[in-house]
Amino acid sequence: MARRPKLAVWKFASCDGCQLSLLDCEDELLAVAGAVEIANFPEASSAVVEGPYDLSLVEGSITTPHDAQRIQAVRAQSKFLVTIGACATAGGIQALRNFADVKDFIAAVYASPQFIDTLATSTAISAHIPVDYELHGCPINKAQLVEVISAFLAGRKPAVAAHSVCIECKQRGNVCVMVQGTPCLGPVTHAGCGAICPAYRRGCYGCYGPMETPNMPALTREWCELGADGRDIQRVLRSFNAWAEPFRQESEAHDD
Amino acid sequence: MQALKADNSGFVIGPDGLQRLLEVLAGEGYRVVGPALRDDAIVYDDIDGVASLPVGWTDRQEPGRYALERREDNACFGYAVGLHSWKKFLFPPAETLWTAQRGSDGAIAVSTPERAPDKFAFIGVRSCEIHAMAVQGRVFEEGPYTDTAYAARRAGAFIVAVNCAEAGGTCFCVSMETGPRAEQGFDLALTELADGAEHWFLVEVGSEAGRAVLEQVPHVPATAEQAEAARAVSERTASGMGRGLDTQGIKDLLQDNPEHSRWDDVAERCLSCANCTMVCPTCFCSTVEEHSDLTGENAQRVRKWDSCFTMDYSYIHGGSVRSSARSRYRQWMTHKLANWIDQFGTSGCVGCGRCITWCPVGIDLTEEVAAIRAAPEEGRSR
Ligand code: SF4
Ligand code: SF4
Ligand code: SF4
Repeated sequence: MARRPKLAVWKFASCDGCQLSLLDCEDELLAVAGAVEIANFPEASSAVVEGPYDLSLVEGSITTPHDAQRIQAVRAQSKFLVTIGACATAGGIQALRNFADVKDFIAAVYASPQFIDTLATSTAISAHIPVDYELHGCPINKAQLVEVISAFLAGRKPAVAAHSVCIECKQRGNVCVMVQGTPCLGPVTHAGCGAICPAYRRGCYGCYGPMETPNMPALTREWCELGADGRDIQRVLRSFNAWAEPFRQESEAHDD
Repeated sequence: MQALKADNSGFVIGPDGLQRLLEVLAGEGYRVVGPALRDDAIVYDDIDGVASLPVGWTDRQEPGRYALERREDNACFGYAVGLHSWKKFLFPPAETLWTAQRGSDGAIAVSTPERAPDKFAFIGVRSCEIHAMAVQGRVFEEGPYTDTAYAARRAGAFIVAVNCAEAGGTCFCVSMETGPRAEQGFDLALTELADGAEHWFLVEVGSEAGRAVLEQVPHVPATAEQAEAARAVSERTASGMGRGLDTQGIKDLLQDNPEHSRWDDVAERCLSCANCTMVCPTCFCSTVEEHSDLTGENAQRVRKWDSCFTMDYSYIHGGSVRSSARSRYRQWMTHKLANWIDQFGTSGCVGCGRCITWCPVGIDLTEEVAAIRAAPEEGRSR
């Protein structure tokens, strides 16, 4: 049998939720372990096989000078590099620092701020190195992660749609909450979750970040029609994907 | 379904007769699907007798707005149209077309999932929706390749039409000549009269299958007055359309105006969210996803609803042909109302109003056409 591709999983500034999705693939985990050699995955095993790696999954954003260097080393050891989750693809919730002065946060949070060595911003991995594929979501959808790994193994394109959540919402048979009066981010949000929130009668929170062609001003105008004000809009856009360009721009348009 | 001409005066059944009708259909092995209340809306779903129907409820539909309201009577079908059309049953949102396995000898075996087609009884199908099935049927059943699964589902369906007693705020079937009275394409057609103490249905028979089912339901011949009262319902509905669309010369109007400034205007409002295409009962576009599993030994092809509003939809080598919202909206509306006529010999729109109601920002194609008509620029650029 041919050599199994070597898989590495890397963590930067993040909550671990996305890489845990891989451990959470109960039914598929054995198949994953059979298909690839899990060579470097500290969450799963302390045994580390040296690089280079055929496939690297990268979770988390770049927030420290040390990580900015480390990601270069990861890239150098990886033939194919996939970023997973909102932190790695957009900077994560920690990118809220980008809208303020990080020194103020450090002073407020840490007793001895002089020991904190951090960057002024939290940024996506793709702002630092070339990335081969980005899988969005906070957290990522584990079925999509298995799809991406399967596609990598077969040398094909993953079947991961970049259109709006609305398409999934309608495919699922949901009744649109927005048309019934609840503001929803679905029309500008990247599909992938399967429209979970609208299925439970909530508006979409934008966990998967901007869809391929988001028309932000058109959506926020309608939010205002439904009673939202600039502050509501800014808050909803400043979450896990706050630093994704279309969300960032639109939230800044609502600065008062 | 064998189409017969409807009896002239028809028959009358009461609410008990409707219950019996639903029982007979279920007894004959049909999967009975009709209007039901869910999530503050009327949706088409599996139903279990009259108790499942939205008795005493109606819908208020406006561009980008939908709400339920109580009626003053106990009408079972006193609303306009449900959110999702019957399309979701005949053309499911996701369907596995085939699976493939690599055997130990390396040979690949392809199998099509066993599917005994669902035998549906659709309860409460509106005239525009019957027309929509015929329009979609042309796409899937005519031409060189037939979608056999679709054709089997459609041929096996028993259709109980309901003549609309009230037009919705976004309805314009009169403009499209698709309603509000069902003239053909049904097994049975009901007109509901729920006036004060009286509550009855005028039943017209549209097929032999319809006649055979009606025979098992207590009914009496309609009197001339009853037939007249039912006719008056359709006339009243026809005069109360929420909207209108002037279709005069519409094919040339749209095909001659690809550079009209109105396309820029709508592009500024359109989200490219694709809701309009998902809810449209005639939109038929799909994509196929090919999945291989982790072992590389199993693969499947899944067909899913797709839309001309996605970038992937017009992706050819090197990029998407329709990369602007302007070009995507123009494609959708021009195809639906104009190019469809060249392609399929009919308009792609039946005037059900869903794309207007369920557009999150309330874009109204009747208004878009009117704006182009008001100031045609004749900017044909070829
Ligand atoms: S509920 Fe939200 S995601 Fe679903 S169709 Fe409406 S706007 Fe789109
Ligand atoms: S284009 Fe709109 S009004 Fe016409 S059939 Fe489709 S959803 Fe109904
Ligand atoms: S017309 Fe409305 S429903 Fe259709 S894609 Fe544009 S915003 Fe979405």
